[in-house]
Amino acid sequence: MTWKNKAEAVVIGGGIQGVSTAYHLAKMGMKDVVLLEKGTVCSGSTGRCGAGIRAQWGLEMNCRFGLACVDRFEHLHEELGMDVGLNQGGYLMVAYEEGEYNQLLANMALQNRLGIDTHIVDYDEAKEICPGLAAEDAVGFTFNARDGHADPFLTTFAFQEAAKRLGVTIHKYTECTGIRVADDHVVGVDTNRGSIDAPVVVNAAGGYSQFVAKMAGLEIPNYSERHEILITEPVEPGVCPPMLMSFSGNYYIQQRPHGSIIGGCSPEGHPADFQLGNSWDFLEHMSKTFTKLLPRTKGVRVVRQWSGLYNMTPDRAPIMGEADAIKGFFLTCGYSGHGFMFGPVSGDLMAQLILTGKTSIDIDPLHYRRFAEGKLLIEPAVV
Amino acid sequence: MKKEIVVCRCEEVTLEEIRQWINRGYDSFDELKRVLRVGMGPCQGRGCRDIILKEIARAKGVPVSEVPVGTFRPPAKPVKLGILAEGGDK
Repeated sequence: MTWKNKAEAVVIGGGIQGVSTAYHLAKMGMKDVVLLEKGTVCSGSTGRCGAGIRAQWGLEMNCRFGLACVDRFEHLHEELGMDVGLNQGGYLMVAYEEGEYNQLLANMALQNRLGIDTHIVDYDEAKEICPGLAAEDAVGFTFNARDGHADPFLTTFAFQEAAKRLGVTIHKYTECTGIRVADDHVVGVDTNRGSIDAPVVVNAAGGYSQFVAKMAGLEIPNYSERHEILITEPVEPGVCPPMLMSFSGNYYIQQRPHGSIIGGCSPEGHPADFQLGNSWDFLEHMSKTFTKLLPRTKGVRVVRQWSGLYNMTPDRAPIMGEADAIKGFFLTCGYSGHGFMFGPVSGDLMAQLILTGKTSIDIDPLHYRRFAEGKLLIEPAVV
Repeated sequence: MKKEIVVCRCEEVTLEEIRQWINRGYDSFDELKRVLRVGMGPCQGRGCRDIILKEIARAKGVPVSEVPVGTFRPPAKPVKLGILAEGGDK
C-alpha cells in the first residue's frame, strides 16, 4: 500500500478498538484516516478473546454500555455487510457463594431498572437452558437471553472491510516507534516504515497501550495480564447453548454456532510478563472445570489452546478520552478483558469525541484522571 | 474440472474462497485462518496448510519457502477433556 506522510488521524492498533474507531471516523466524514498495526489485523488481544457479549454488569455505566453493545451487535451484519457470527444464547451466571448470589441479585435489580431483562432462574430452569449442566453446588443463577457471543475475527474484519470501503488506509506490519508532540499538541507519529504528520493520534494499542502512551510522554497505570483459553473439536449444537459464567467458579464456557466449545478462566498469579505461551496447568485445570460442569464433554477433544493479554487498569474499567496536556492524543485502552464486546460502541463514541467533543453515552468518568482524583469505577462483575 | 475444490476438509473451505480472500489482502496463512477458519479444525492444518502456502506464494509471486508457515498451537493432537481432567504425574 502506498505511503502517505500526512493524515487527518492516525489510529495505532488493529484490534477491535482501533478498527472500529477508524471505521466510525470515516463514517462520520473524516477523509484521511490511517491505521497502523504492527502485526496483522486481529492478531492481538481481540483475536484471542473469549468472544462474550453481555449486558449483565454491576455498574450503571457498564450496564448502559453493555446494552448499547447488544443492540449494536444485533444490527452489525446489515450495517457492515458481513456476517459477524452473532449467537444470542444468553449468559447464565452461576453463583456458588451466598455473597456472590446477593451481588448478582443487586446487579439484576440495577439491570432491570435500565431495561435489561435479566431474571432469576432455578436449577431446573438452568438445566433447561443448558441441558446436561451439573451445578448442584450452585446457590443461584441469573440469566439474560439477549447476551451471547460473536466471532471476534469476523467482527473485526467486517469493520476492516467497511472501513476500507470508506477510504481508511490500513498498514499492517507497521509498528509505531514514536509520537511527536509540539506545544502541547500531537503532530504526528514515527514508524518502522516512515513518518506521518497528523493532528489526531489514537492509542488503541491494547496490551501495549501503556508503551504507546509513554511515546507521547504520558504515564498511564495499565498493565497487561496473560489469560489462557482452549477450544474443542466441533460437536453437535446444544452441548452448551448459553455462555456459562461464574466469578467464584472462575470460568466462562460457551459453544460457537459451528460446534466448538471455548472455555477460559482467570489465571493464577496474574502473569504480566508479555509472554503468550500455554501451560499444562491451565489445560488440566480447565479440563476439570469442563467435565465437572458439563460431564458429557468428557469424550470431547481439545484441539487448541492459546493465550492473550488483558490490558488491565487499577479499577478494571477502560480508559477513554483525550490526554490532558497533549491535545489531539486520544486513548481507548485498558478494557480489562471486555474490549471486544464494547468495541462496536466504544469506537463510535471515540469518533464522536474526536470530531464533535461530545458523546451519546457520557464517557467523562472513564478519563484517566480518575486515578489521580481517586474516582475509581470498581466493577464487581468480572472474571 | 469442477469449480468446487475443498482445500480445508475440517472446515469445508474451498480453493475459490481462499483465492478471494488472498485478493482482498489476507495474504498470510494466519490471516486466512482467522477469516476462513482454515487449519482450525481437528487436523490443525495438516491437510490444507501446504496447499494454502502454495496459493499464497503463487499470488505474491514468491517462492513457497519465503511464505511464513503460520502459528502451530498445542496440543499436537486432539486429546479428550476426560483424559486431561485426570491429570498426570507432576
